[in-house]
Amino acid sequence: MDIHEYQAKELLSRHSVHIPRGGLAYSPEQAAYRTREIGGDKWVVKAQIHSGARGKAGGIRICKSDKEVSDAAEAMLGRKLVTHQTGPRGKLVSRLYIEETVDIRQEIYLGFVLDRKAERVMIVASASGGMEIEEIAERQPDSIIRAIVDPGVGMQQFQAREIAFGLGLENSLIGKATDTIMGCYQVFRDYDASMLEINPLVVTRDGSLMALDAKMSFDENALFRRPEISELRDKSQEDPRETFASDRGLSYVGLEGNIGCIINGAGLAMATMDMIKIAGGEPANFLDIGGGASPERVAKAFRAVLADKNVETILVNIFAGINRCDWVAEGVLKAIHEVGVNVPLVVRLAGTNVEEGRRILSASGQSIIVADTLAEAAEKAVAAMHQSTLKKAS
Amino acid sequence: MSVLLNRNTKVIVQGLTGKIGSFHAEDMKRYGTNVVGGVTPGKGGQSQQGIPVFNTVKGAVRETGAEASIVFVPPPFAADSIMEAADAGIKLCVCITDGIPSQDMMRVKRYMLRYRREDRMTLIGPNCAGVITPGQALMGIMPGSIYLPGRVGIVGRSGTLGYEAASQMKALGIGVSTSVGIGGDPINGSSFKDILELFENDDETDAVVMIGEIGGPQEAEAAEWAKTNMKKPLIAYIAGLSAPKGKRMGHAGAIISAFGESAQEKVEILRDAGVTIVATPASFGPTVAGVLDEQRKAA
Repeated sequence: MDIHEYQAKELLSRHSVHIPRGGLAYSPEQAAYRTREIGGDKWVVKAQIHSGARGKAGGIRICKSDKEVSDAAEAMLGRKLVTHQTGPRGKLVSRLYIEETVDIRQEIYLGFVLDRKAERVMIVASASGGMEIEEIAERQPDSIIRAIVDPGVGMQQFQAREIAFGLGLENSLIGKATDTIMGCYQVFRDYDASMLEINPLVVTRDGSLMALDAKMSFDENALFRRPEISELRDKSQEDPRETFASDRGLSYVGLEGNIGCIINGAGLAMATMDMIKIAGGEPANFLDIGGGASPERVAKAFRAVLADKNVETILVNIFAGINRCDWVAEGVLKAIHEVGVNVPLVVRLAGTNVEEGRRILSASGQSIIVADTLAEAAEKAVAAMHQSTLKKAS
Repeated sequence: MSVLLNRNTKVIVQGLTGKIGSFHAEDMKRYGTNVVGGVTPGKGGQSQQGIPVFNTVKGAVRETGAEASIVFVPPPFAADSIMEAADAGIKLCVCITDGIPSQDMMRVKRYMLRYRREDRMTLIGPNCAGVITPGQALMGIMPGSIYLPGRVGIVGRSGTLGYEAASQMKALGIGVSTSVGIGGDPINGSSFKDILELFENDDETDAVVMIGEIGGPQEAEAAEWAKTNMKKPLIAYIAGLSAPKGKRMGHAGAIISAFGESAQEKVEILRDAGVTIVATPASFGPTVAGVLDEQRKAA
């Protein structure tokens, strides 16, 4: 789960990380008011969306009067910002963060991630901040400093100090940098974060160290014990299709194609989507209904898939293990009855009691296209999709 | 013999008295698994479906001589249960639980380092379908009927995609020595490489099918290991060709976040290491059959 920049800064500032003075605004008037509260004569207006690269997309503006601030706010609020990380649909700007500007002497990159090779928390730092980490890795690979934390004892002072010296900071800043790094680690560990990035962490002309930006993501599996983090969730930043599905306990990811997928198991779901692509189609979504595949879950899945207006055909692929195919078939019929499916439907069942499951589907009198194998299911779904789009066009 | 598990392995069920635990304990017993006990703190002394229940794993091990444990404990308590098994001298632990926080798994892996390598428990999972040695024993949630006993090893992250592979093989009369689900989480007990090593050293396995997916470094690591250490044929499939970067595909670990983690990149790495690639998820059966034919001809 991602949170906003201002939320991450608020968390970090409680743990020895210094941040510029700033305030949140939901309207141009509020934005202008913040300038007086903050003071000074130059401010940054920052669109709060769950994405990096906001600057290039027009989501960050430097302003020199409260009029400029309120104009910038007017221009940003209520609009969708499209960055190279948001996808073509973009993300809605409904909150702005107004911040004082600072005189920058040096920009540093500081990141904390879960390193899957070491299976531990890794700190990544570079004196070449400001660029994205991929860019730094490509252009200045030697500038990257890494350290790994032993989860048994946590991060040690010397590790933070080594990073600070490794960044080439002058002696007067080593203590501040050590505190900042230790503070970040504490937030990462105490709130079950999965990613924390401060880019840039800046050295100012007057010799202080400040987080100019902050990005954080959290481990969804740990939210049950972090209610204060769950409260930071902003549903307006999520794909509405995904919110609809996750509110119903389904694992759904929206994509750009038109063949809706209902599958049990994440691996089989990915493989089925691949098969659709190989057959010449494009999946509209990833959807794992989980092991149970009860009639209720199948019906919920149909609702989630059909909430996407791009869907021209639905492909159901269930490999029944614990549950039986006859039960799944009845679930599909129940879903059709309850939800109403007005696009072609291809169903492939496999596993326990498969014959009985297929018999129930074909005896139902519903126009269900039944497939025996994975390849057949994908081919039939793509063919049905072409027919359905042809019909629409004519 | 097969790897990890056979009909004689004495198994206990952690979380036996829960709904999921009791359901699968019954199913495993029916398949032939030697289930000797269960653990639910506070319910020691009772019995569930004729299986004695113990308060602690140590107690269960002392009374039954159990060497393996399967964990059906809910996510908030699962990491603790795994560590309890490791400390009680359990040799093989299969954790089915889905949804364990990453930091808990980090602690589990760190905790297990306190034991000497030769005494250290083998952990399979979490968030996996388990282990099955067809015709002998099942420690997991997979449907036993789709596996034919045989001589091909399977190791994969996903449950149902593993079923797909096994049933395509069964349709062509190809059997399985052992199938191991290593799970879909970013931090897991045994890696692809760990399981490949077991199969390479197993006299009853002739070839291995590896079913990987997007995200993480384990497929590349396995490819590198297999290139120099594996004599038996390795056949691999990677799911997620159509997955966009930065989107989590169901499994907590199935997300492309670094270079070399996309399906295309993993396929290239594997192909360069001399691994036979299953081109589509519909061609597990024919690809394995082809490799086994060549092997027979060469012999």
